[in-house]
Amino acid sequence: MQVSMTVNGEEVVREVEPRLLLVHFLRDELGLTGTHWGCDTSNCGTCVVLMDGEPVKSCTVLAAMAGGHVVRTIEDMERHGELDPVQQGFMEEHGLQCGFCTSGMILTARALLDRNPDPSDEEIREAISGQICRCTGYMNIVKAVRWAAEHQPAAVEEG
Amino acid sequence: MATVEERPVGFGRMHRKEDPRFIRGQGNYVDDVRLPGMLHGAVLRSPLAHARIVSIDTAAALQHPKVHAVITGKDLEEQGLAWMPTLSADTQAVLATEKVRFQGQEVAFVVADDRYAARDALELIEVEYDPLPPVVDPTEALDPDAPVIRDDKEGKADNHIFDWESGDRGATDAVFARADVVVEQDMLYPRSHPAPMETCGAVADFDKVNGKLTLWCTTQAPHAHRTLYALVAGLPEQKIRVVSPDIGGGFGNKVPIYPGYVCAVVASIVTGKPIKWMEDRSENLTSTGFARDYHMHGEIAATREGKILGVRVRVLADHGAFNATAQPSKYPAGFFHVFTGSYDLEAAHCEVKGVYTNKAPGGVAYACSFRVTEAVYLVERMVDVLADELAADPAELRLNNLIKSDQFPYEAKTGWVYDSGEYERALRIALDMAGYEELRREQAEKRERGELMGVGIAFFTEAVGAGPRRQMDIAGLGMADGSELQVHPTGKAVLRVSCQNQGQGHETTFAQIVAHELGIPPEDVEVVHGDTDRTPFGLGTYGSRSTPVSGASAAVSAGKVREKARQVAAAMLESSPEDLEWETGRWFVKGDPQSGKTIQEIALAAHGPLELPDGMEGGLEAETFYNPPNLTFPFGAYVCVVDVDPGTGKVAVRRFVAVDDCGPRINPTIVEGQIHGGLAEGVGMALMQQIAFDEEGNCLSGSFMDYLIPTSLEVPDWELGETVTPSPHHPLGAKGVGESATVGSPPTVMNAIVDALEPYGVRHLDMPATPARVWAATQGGPERGT
Repeated sequence: MQVSMTVNGEEVVREVEPRLLLVHFLRDELGLTGTHWGCDTSNCGTCVVLMDGEPVKSCTVLAAMAGGHVVRTIEDMERHGELDPVQQGFMEEHGLQCGFCTSGMILTARALLDRNPDPSDEEIREAISGQICRCTGYMNIVKAVRWAAEHQPAAVEEG
Repeated sequence: MATVEERPVGFGRMHRKEDPRFIRGQGNYVDDVRLPGMLHGAVLRSPLAHARIVSIDTAAALQHPKVHAVITGKDLEEQGLAWMPTLSADTQAVLATEKVRFQGQEVAFVVADDRYAARDALELIEVEYDPLPPVVDPTEALDPDAPVIRDDKEGKADNHIFDWESGDRGATDAVFARADVVVEQDMLYPRSHPAPMETCGAVADFDKVNGKLTLWCTTQAPHAHRTLYALVAGLPEQKIRVVSPDIGGGFGNKVPIYPGYVCAVVASIVTGKPIKWMEDRSENLTSTGFARDYHMHGEIAATREGKILGVRVRVLADHGAFNATAQPSKYPAGFFHVFTGSYDLEAAHCEVKGVYTNKAPGGVAYACSFRVTEAVYLVERMVDVLADELAADPAELRLNNLIKSDQFPYEAKTGWVYDSGEYERALRIALDMAGYEELRREQAEKRERGELMGVGIAFFTEAVGAGPRRQMDIAGLGMADGSELQVHPTGKAVLRVSCQNQGQGHETTFAQIVAHELGIPPEDVEVVHGDTDRTPFGLGTYGSRSTPVSGASAAVSAGKVREKARQVAAAMLESSPEDLEWETGRWFVKGDPQSGKTIQEIALAAHGPLELPDGMEGGLEAETFYNPPNLTFPFGAYVCVVDVDPGTGKVAVRRFVAVDDCGPRINPTIVEGQIHGGLAEGVGMALMQQIAFDEEGNCLSGSFMDYLIPTSLEVPDWELGETVTPSPHHPLGAKGVGESATVGSPPTVMNAIVDALEPYGVRHLDMPATPARVWAATQGGPERGT
């Protein structure tokens, strides 16, 4: 079947199997390997991307279901040579080690800050609680998101 | 935590050099490798724990239009590849031939155009099994009439693997005979799994024309893997290149060679195409290296006044269907005999018995420093059991028995020589940070009100950085690590190391080591790792050995370069080398600081026309194959505060104080990050993680729905402290730290939970302390797990 969607600002059209998962569509069809795959059961969240600005686990979304929607992945977070403050925050606060969960964490944090620019630590922990990190013990991820909240650019770009 | 310093030349906080690619999604993990013409492999696995294979019919699968090959155990048998050696001198089936021995065991390998088609084809393979009674309980495995799991081994008539002991049995028995107080406790360190976010996988590419195999693989030990492939497959070692690119967490899961890797290699040779195999999460949890599964009986002897005299331990070790633990070959129980912990005892003895069961193989695989986790859990629980018996304060009891700082180097009763330590100070700092007295007051008040609050303490001594190579080898390969340091004419450097980054930040810290030794800024030092064609031989990264072994190797290489730079500088300055003095990044004439040459000037001269001393070659480089003289022994004091809901048994970890001593910290931010991660893993082990089986040998923990991993909501903000006691034998004084927190935190959490349950007379509770088990304990239910 044919699917078309907007990925990172570009319209893409592909012929795919109806059962193809969005995570494999992004990785294997479009070569966007910054989105990772980790569990199959929607528990780990390493595959999180934004669909119409909301975090979704792309291992439990069919590519077909994303048809007509706007998908944003980690590859689109840096724009015009400027890192998103969340990306910078992860670097400043050592919010990552092996890097495998990082893309999903950054996208979830972006969505959180878009709806709540000044979240408390508890709200940050709640927002990322559907995602697993095995390396950091989470504290520095929370600090990374706080860093981003405190360093938002004056004018927030459209999502 | 302090803020990032500006560009430290040497040790200190700095941004990680790895981060720019990861925050952009530009890492390169094994599953990101895509080669022209690449095909995809999938493994058919056994649904039964123990069964004879009657027949395998692959005809329908082979007719699938997208399928290129189906490989079975019989096919491998013809090539002599159906079995492979394990890292514990046993054998493991690559693909089962006559029998399956655990649920999830590899039975066939399908190669297809894409991963979906490969999975489809698995459904088309017909396997007829004749079920056999499974052996699930390790105690029952030793029954004389238990089914024999390893009947592939000639003459094997039971499920026994090994008996091993350490310490002095007679002296220990004598100490126990005269002790005022002896307490004993059975405890299980349950089977768990490291479950890194990235599962295991490989891309094998065999080039038929030049006979070269390139294998991108999730391995923590690329050089050891290369040698083992050469031995297993008979390929010449120089024709094998193992590339371990970015690794999405290892924690020990990625040390062994798994059947899937071997199948990918065979399939690439058979089809002439590159083959990718990535396991899914369920395959990862049910078939790759599990950890622990130690059934322990501990005894501790003491005087009435609370002086600990001895510890005695019996262990039944469940190794699963193949003895595939990854550990130094002379130590079948790993470093478990460090179980005397941090205490000055008179005698100690342990016996460990290893058995086969119909479960996945593994055992040493989860940030455990070769079973120091089990050892520290045992002794730290036993000290609390003793405190309970003596009605003593657990902090006081520890302070009275810790090894004193003037006793180092300290020879433990099981033969270890602890290099350095200042234990009492670390524990006092931890107690101060926690506000111990105040916590006890709060606890007393809460108990009055029927609220359950617990304070747990644990002190650990780690044993990390294996070798020395004479005592420690893996599959005959001595545990040492190479490094090569080349300083280019412009003063920029490349350091090649044999250890393997899986998130530890080696590209940063190893550059800092060179910076510290040579004064070349870390951003001018490129660290190369994870490619056997581009790095020197060494045993890799596990058991917290990178800094103790590879870090030392890098420091020694840098020291050699510095000495050569002195000779070159002397030639440049027309001085004698003895008259030169070093300051960071520069040799200068003693008494004349203006007359000097920077390392960058020296590098250029070393490659230029300068007349060098007789016998000296140009260039500025050095190499080292570092053989550590001893392990390093980092240590720490941890305090945990928990609140237990008496209505539900739910445990909330309210606070966690961790004082760690790993010697000087090369990059404190990275060290703290590793401690944070280990603490979270320890909370997971204590509260929720267990790979469980039913009586048929079905694995009940095959997904993240059933094998629970802590999230951001189950762990607190960590409160870290530090002391710095350098290792006397490491060139930088540094000790390993990667697994300290996973070693120290589980007993801390469990001691806190048992402390909280004191009003119910609970003396011990097995992990994981799930709400159900905790609640049951308040109702007089069982303390022990299975």
